[in-house]
Amino acid sequence: MQRIGVFVCWCGSNIAATVDVEAVSEALKSEPGVVFSTNYQYMCSEAGQNMIKDAIKEHNLTGVVICSCSPRMHEATFRKTVQGAGINPYMVEIANIREQCSWIHKDKQTGTEKAIILGKAAIAKVHLNAPLTAGESPVVKRALVIGGGIAGIQTALDIAEAGFDVDIVETKPTIGGKMTQIDKTFPTLDCAACILTPKMVDCAQNEKIHIYSYSEVTAVKGFVGNFTVSIKKKARYVDTTKCTGCGVCTEKCPVKNVPNEFNLGMNNRRAIYIPFAQAVPKVATIDADYCNMLKNGKCGVCSKVCTAGAIDYKQQDEIIEEKYGAIVAATGFNPIKLDNFDEFAYSQSKDVITSLEFERLTNAAGPTSGQLLRPSDGKHPHTIVFVQCVGSRDTSGCGKPYCSKICCMYTAKHAMLTREKYPDTDVYVFYIDVRTPGKNFDEFYRRAVEDYNVHYIKGMVGKVAPRADGTLDVQASDLISNEQLHISADLVVLAAAIEPDKSARPLATMLTASMDTNDFFTEAHAKLRPVESPTAGVFLSGTCQGPKDIPETVSQASAAAAKVIGLLCKDKLTCNPCVAHSDEMLCNGCSSCEKVCPYGAITYSDKEFRMPDRTTAIRRVAAVNEAVCQGCGACTVACPSGAMDLKGFSNKQIMAEVDAICK
Amino acid sequence: MQVNEKEFKPTIVAFCCNWCSYAGADLAGTNRLNYPADVKIIRVPCSCRVNPMFILRAFQRGADGVIMCGCHPGDCHYTTGNYYARRRMTLLFSMLDYLGIERERTRVEWVSAAEGAKFAATMNEFVETVTKLGENKRLEDLRCKEK
Amino acid sequence: MQGKMIARAKELLQNGTVNRVIGWKAGDFAYDITPAVFSSAEELDAGFVYNDFCGANFSKYLVKESRKEGKILVFLKPCDTYSFNQLTKEHRIIRDNIYVVGVPCDGKTDGETLKLKGITGITGIKTEGDSFVVDTLYGEKTIAKADALPERCLSCKSKKHVAYDELLGEDGEVCESNRFDMVEKLEAMSSEERFAFWRGELSRCIRCNACRNVCPACTCERCVFDNDNSGIAQKAAADSFEENMFHIIRAFHVAGRCTDCGECSRVCPQNIPLHLLNRKFIKDINEFYGEFQAGEDTETRAPLNIFDTEDVEPSIVYEKGGN
Repeated sequence: MQRIGVFVCWCGSNIAATVDVEAVSEALKSEPGVVFSTNYQYMCSEAGQNMIKDAIKEHNLTGVVICSCSPRMHEATFRKTVQGAGINPYMVEIANIREQCSWIHKDKQTGTEKAIILGKAAIAKVHLNAPLTAGESPVVKRALVIGGGIAGIQTALDIAEAGFDVDIVETKPTIGGKMTQIDKTFPTLDCAACILTPKMVDCAQNEKIHIYSYSEVTAVKGFVGNFTVSIKKKARYVDTTKCTGCGVCTEKCPVKNVPNEFNLGMNNRRAIYIPFAQAVPKVATIDADYCNMLKNGKCGVCSKVCTAGAIDYKQQDEIIEEKYGAIVAATGFNPIKLDNFDEFAYSQSKDVITSLEFERLTNAAGPTSGQLLRPSDGKHPHTIVFVQCVGSRDTSGCGKPYCSKICCMYTAKHAMLTREKYPDTDVYVFYIDVRTPGKNFDEFYRRAVEDYNVHYIKGMVGKVAPRADGTLDVQASDLISNEQLHISADLVVLAAAIEPDKSARPLATMLTASMDTNDFFTEAHAKLRPVESPTAGVFLSGTCQGPKDIPETVSQASAAAAKVIGLLCKDKLTCNPCVAHSDEMLCNGCSSCEKVCPYGAITYSDKEFRMPDRTTAIRRVAAVNEAVCQGCGACTVACPSGAMDLKGFSNKQIMAEVDAICK
Repeated sequence: MQVNEKEFKPTIVAFCCNWCSYAGADLAGTNRLNYPADVKIIRVPCSCRVNPMFILRAFQRGADGVIMCGCHPGDCHYTTGNYYARRRMTLLFSMLDYLGIERERTRVEWVSAAEGAKFAATMNEFVETVTKLGENKRLEDLRCKEK
Repeated sequence: MQGKMIARAKELLQNGTVNRVIGWKAGDFAYDITPAVFSSAEELDAGFVYNDFCGANFSKYLVKESRKEGKILVFLKPCDTYSFNQLTKEHRIIRDNIYVVGVPCDGKTDGETLKLKGITGITGIKTEGDSFVVDTLYGEKTIAKADALPERCLSCKSKKHVAYDELLGEDGEVCESNRFDMVEKLEAMSSEERFAFWRGELSRCIRCNACRNVCPACTCERCVFDNDNSGIAQKAAADSFEENMFHIIRAFHVAGRCTDCGECSRVCPQNIPLHLLNRKFIKDINEFYGEFQAGEDTETRAPLNIFDTEDVEPSIVYEKGGN
C-alpha cells in the first residue's frame, strides 16, 4: 500500500476563488492510502515545494498527488521537487483543478465537487504508479545536413567549427543552392556570389565537413543520437578523385543542346557539365539523359580529351551507410510552377519571366552576360511590369495560401537595379500590399519609390496578352484611383510564390518528422522550439520550415547548428521512461504491435522460456527498444493478449482513473 | 427509481491526448470557456492509447457518455496514432450501435491545442445530448432480468 | 473420401513425411466426433473417420501441435484453411512442421441439429445429392441439406482451399455468399429492437468460454479474461454487464482477424448466434476500408493494423441512417 500525500494548490485566487481548497484537501484525506493532505497558496513556489519535501520526509510518503494547474505547466517542476526529497519523480500525479476545473466553473460547489473527483482519480492512479528510471543511449558524434544551400552550408560550418564531424548531402552536382542563382542581395546589394562562394570553399576545405554532392538520402533508421542513414551517391560517370575541374570536356562534348538548369533553361550546356565556374566540388558530371556514349555507346569524346583519365562510363549508383547523432533538414524551396496562372501568359510569351529568371538575366554569369535583354528578340526592354503575389496569399486553390515573404523585397531590388542601370526604362510594380518588416527593409523600399521613381501601383494584374508587335498588353486595376489600366510592356516579371522542395515530403516520412499542409516541416513548438522538429534529433534549417530571406535563413541555420552542437556535446541521452513494455510470458508473437509502431521500436526474436509446466519452449516474443519508443501506446491496443503495456499510462492505471471518475 | 430529467447529471468521461486535445482543454480553461462539470478528463499520451476496454469499463462503472479527443488526422504528435484510433473507434461505436446501445453516447472529436473554443463547444453539445438520453441503463441491462 | 484419407495418411506416416496425423475420431455416438492425434496405421484404422459430422476446424490445434517434435499431417476443409493462413500470418503456428492435405466439404451437420428435426437414435450418415441419409435405430431417414445444415454452411463463403500442400479431390471456388443478410436485417431494425434482440440472445450466456476456447483467432498465450493483471479478469461474471463486455471485447480482439469460420456459434451450448457479432465487424470493415477476408493470404496487413489517411470518420456511425 502506498503512503500518499495530497497537496492542494490555491494558485492565489485562480483556484481558490471557485474551488473550496480546504474542503478538497479535507475530503481527499479519507481516501485509501492518503496519510497526509494539505493546501497552500502557491504550491509551485519555493515555500510550497519545501512543504512537499518536508511532508515526504515526515510522513514517509511513497506517492504524491498535487491538485493544481495543468500537468503541462508544472509536472516537471513537481517531479524535480519529490526527487529532491528522495522519491522517484514518476510517483507524482497531477490533478488539473485549474484549467479543467476552477477556470471553467463559476459555481463554487460545482467546482469543489469536481476537484474532489479529479483528486480521487489522481490518487487512484498513484496507487498503481511504479518508480520509473529513464534509460540512457549513446550519442554518435557526427551530424548530417540534408541540403547544401546557404542554410545547409551555414549549419555545417557552425557544427564543424565546434569540432564535430558533419556531412552534407546535396542532390545537385554542386552545393550552393538557390543563392548561387541570385545576382545581388537586398537590402545591401552585395553580390550574392561574392558572399556565398567563400563559404562554399570553406566547406570544401574544412576537414570536419564531408560533402556528398549529387547524392540523396534513401533511408533513415534509428533514433536521436543514433541514426543510420543510407545515402545514394548517384553515378556521375566521372571519378571525382581524378577530375581536376579543368573543363576541357565541357567544351569538347558534341551534345550542345541541353537546357542549362543553372540559367533556368535560358541557354544551353553540354551533356557533360560543371554547373558554374565556382561549383563545389568543381568536378564534371555527365547527364545520362543526353550523353550519346551512355545512350547508344557512340562518342567517347570526353574520355579522349580528359588528361586525368577521370571519365568512367561504367560507374554505378552507390549506396553507403553512415551513422549520425543528429540530422538537419535543409531542403530549401523552389518557385511554384505557373501552369495554373494562364492569365499571365507565362507559357505563351518568352517575355513573361519569373523573378528568378530575371536574376539570371541581370547576372554577369547569366545567359546575357548581365545585359538586361528580352528573351524573345534580345532587345533592351523599355517598359517592365513586375507582378507581385503570383500564387502567394492565394486562397482560390490555384496557388499557396501563405505569404512567400521574400517577393516584396526582391522586386524592390529588381526595380531599383533596373532603374539605376537603365534610367530610360519605365518600371511598374503591381502589389496587394508591400511588406517590408526587417532591418533596413522599409528604407530600401522607399528608396526604390522615392529616389528611383519606380511606379508602385496597388492592384492586381488581371491579364497579360501578347500583341502582334511583340509587346505585352498588361491589363490591371489600380485600386487607389479605381481605374482600369492598360500598360504596353516589353517585359513582365512574375514574383512566383515559393514552395518547399518536392524532396521534403518523402524525407519527412523517412525521418518520421511532421509537416504542415503546405509541406513545410513543422517545428516542435512554433514559438519556443522553432528550429527543432517534433521528432527528437531532427532539426530544421532554412526555408524547409517556412519562407525566409537570406539573413533569416542564416540565423536559423546557426540556431539549428547550436541545437545540434548541444546534442552532440552529450555523451549519453536520457530517454523518456514512459515507454511501452512487453510482458514476454504473455506475448503471442503475432507482430500486431510491430506493424502499428511508427518508430520501428519493436523487434521480434525467438527466445527460450521455462514454461509454467517446467518444460522449456522456444517462443517468438516482442521486445521494445526503450531508446526508440516515444510512448504513444499504439501497440498496447493492437496487442490482443495485453502483453504490451505502457509505463506511466498502464491499462490498470487508466482503468483506475475511469473507476474513480465513474464511481 | 424514476429519474427526473431536470435533476439528471450525466457522468461523462473524456479521453484526451496529451499533445492536442488535453492542451485544447487547457486552452478552454485559460480562456475561461465554460462547459459542464460533468465532464472529467483522463489524460492519455495519444488517442491510440485508448483501448476499447477503457470505454466499456467506463460504461460498466456507470458512465453515461464517453468521448475521445485526439489531434486532427495528419497532425498526430506520433505521426500516425490517431489514424489507428479512428479505425478502432469507428468499429467499436458501430458495434455498440449494433447491440442497441444509443450511438449518441459515444463520440470522437479531433481537437487541436489551439481549439479551446471547439473543445468547450463540443463538451457542451455532448453533455446536452447525453443529458437528453438520460441515464445509461442499456449496457448494464443488456443481459438483465426479465421485466 | 474417408478411405482415401486414411490411405494417404498411412503413406505419409510410412514414408516419414509426418510422424503424426490430426483428424476426426469416432466417439461413443455416431455424431459426437472428436479431434484426435493418430500416430500409427493401426490407430488410423481403429478410429479415423471423415463424414458429414466432421465440422471441427483443426487449425487451432496446430498452435500446440506444430511446436512438437516432427511434422504433423492435418486435414483441412476449405474454410479451415483461412484460419490456418491467419495463424501462419500471426506466427502462431510453425508452417514448416505441418503437412496440409486439403479435403473437400459440402457442409457439415451435427447431432443437435438433427435431433431438433426429430431424428434420433443416429447410427450413421451419408450424403445423397442435396440430402443427408441418416441411419437410425428406427431405420433410414432422409432430410434435405437445406434443413439440416447450420447457418455457416448454408451461407458458405468459400469452397476453395487457400493453403495446402496437396489436395484430395477437386478444389472449389469462392462462393457468392449471403452471409451478411442477418446482419443487414439487424441493422435495419430500430435501436430498441436490436437491443431487445441482443438482450434475448446474450442473456442466455453462461460464460462457459466454449466460444473462446474453440476460436482459432483466440490463441493468446493467456487470455485477458484469465489474467489477473489485465484489469478485466473474470472467471464467472460478477454482474450482468460483464457478460456483454466479454462478448464485445472478444469480438473486438478478433476483429480483422476473424475468418468467419463459425466455430463460436457451432459450439455454443446456448445456441447464441455469436457469429453475428463477428460478421458485423467483417461487414463494417468491408464497407469502410474495402473488401477484406482474413486468412485469404499470409501477407496482407490486418485492417486494424493499417490505415488510410482518408478513412471514414467515426461519425459515420451516426450518419448512416436508420435508428
